[in-house]
Amino acid sequence: MIAYQLSIFAENKPGRLAKVTSVLAREKINIRAITIASSDAFGVINILADDPEAARKALGDAGLTVSLKPVIAVVIPDKPGGLDKLIQLLAGQDINIENAYGFVLESWEKAVFVIEVDQIDKTQHVLKASKFETLDASALASIEPFHYMKY
Amino acid sequence: MYWDEDVEKIDRNELEKRQLQDLKASVKKASLSVFYKERFRKIDFDPDSIRSLEDINKIPFTTKDDLREYWPYGFLSVQKDDLVRMHSSSGTTGRATVIFHTRGDLEAWTDMVARSMYMTGMRKSDVFQNMMTYGLFTGGLGFHYGAEKIGALIIPAGAGNSKRQIQLMRDFETTVIHIIPSYALHLSEVFEEAGVDPRRDTKLSIAFLGAEPHSEKTRIKVEEFYGLKAYNSYGLSEMNGPGVAFECPFQQGMHIWEDNFLVELVDPRTLEPVAEGEEGELVLTTLRRQGMPILRYRTKDLTCIINGTCECGRTHRRIERITGRTDDMLIIKGVNIFPVQVEKKLMGIPGVGMNFLIILEREGYNDHMIVKVEVQKEFFSGDLKQLENLRRKITEELKSDILITPKVELVEPSSLPKSEGKAVRVIDNRKD
Repeated sequence: MIAYQLSIFAENKPGRLAKVTSVLAREKINIRAITIASSDAFGVINILADDPEAARKALGDAGLTVSLKPVIAVVIPDKPGGLDKLIQLLAGQDINIENAYGFVLESWEKAVFVIEVDQIDKTQHVLKASKFETLDASALASIEPFHYMKY
Repeated sequence: MYWDEDVEKIDRNELEKRQLQDLKASVKKASLSVFYKERFRKIDFDPDSIRSLEDINKIPFTTKDDLREYWPYGFLSVQKDDLVRMHSSSGTTGRATVIFHTRGDLEAWTDMVARSMYMTGMRKSDVFQNMMTYGLFTGGLGFHYGAEKIGALIIPAGAGNSKRQIQLMRDFETTVIHIIPSYALHLSEVFEEAGVDPRRDTKLSIAFLGAEPHSEKTRIKVEEFYGLKAYNSYGLSEMNGPGVAFECPFQQGMHIWEDNFLVELVDPRTLEPVAEGEEGELVLTTLRRQGMPILRYRTKDLTCIINGTCECGRTHRRIERITGRTDDMLIIKGVNIFPVQVEKKLMGIPGVGMNFLIILEREGYNDHMIVKVEVQKEFFSGDLKQLENLRRKITEELKSDILITPKVELVEPSSLPKSEGKAVRVIDNRKD
């Protein structure tokens, strides 16, 4: 399954991230994960949000340069070696990871590793064959209630 | 002391008499070209109707746009066979303006450059290191031939390669250099890094500073660091190149060679002559050029005419340092750049948004050009690599056109001042 990540073009200066978070806060959009990649005077803010389509519209309306980018959110066990198994699999298939980040779903149980890859179809196929669970936008949106139910 | 005493100290009345004679001939010569033939016909002007120097007012101004419109041969007053050289200006908006010379034109130009150099004290015993670009640019070859006419030993070093420049100066005991002022300042840092003191380790005595305007402060810096006398050189490719006006040993303005150029100074808005001593745009008419005479050329350079006689005895009037431009041309590292050139290049690159901004900065002795470019909203795919590729492409494209490497910064759409109306396209933060 494919998830969508928001990528926002921003100049590397104070206040740019604040603009993004203020729009998302106002629209009550929840952020699952966020990373920033910068190159000298400018950068890209990558956000995994619970409602990427609504977030894109809100950010775009606010004058930001935003695009939705397909990524793969892979569920991995939150334990030593959990990530390694996934990465070894992709490496063995000659799949290149362009960007990646992760977050924990349930401590010591589950984590999500989000990857941008050069061959998205092949990657999906490989993951499916190796029984890796992947999450799409709606699955990502519905994570939290389950999480809270544990308490 | 004088290269051509009779001409350099000519009586003003005698000079004006000769100017009138040459102006008549020049206007007639010009009327053979396609451009002036059409222009004269349009305004019903008879080339034989020049009776006084003031009659030049009957002829409209010639601009860079005219040169561009009648590119390449529309200004020729001779057959192509009679031409022996072409040159071109560094700053181009669209088509480069090209200037053609006959053998006689080159000889006259060379003589004026030799006269200029000789005036500052350069002699045949000197070793002249010409640190300017050779080629289409007039600064390199113009000075080269002038120095050769004086009989000096020339090191045609060309521009750049600082370490080799210093090595050449030391190995061959260079006494005279021709250099862009900003490069002279930059080179001083290379000297310091190398632990070479030009006052102690070289024989330098004269520098010609040309190709870009500079301040008195810069001159003093260059003179003090190198231990020499630095002379300001003014010229433009449309009027041959260097050797239009030059400083004498008294360094109080540049003598403009009025035996070759008819000088006017006009208010750039009204195009009327300015009052004595006031600043105006320099307008020049070639008096001797055969291949491509140009009448009343608007140089776009702002200056003042200094009245009164010079202590050196030369009667040719002097102009002040160029204080600015009446158009938006920028000069950086001796290269002329029009913002519209940058605009044209940028708008041809996919992914570039609506607006851009040029910022000129001085870091130490190095000038930098920063170009901020808006990214097109639709272009952005969320990929940093894509942006980096765009930045690289813009840098390369601009470099191929304006000849210097700008620092390109990508900015968000609609973050720069809008391009409509009189948009601020350039911020010049360079200070002495």
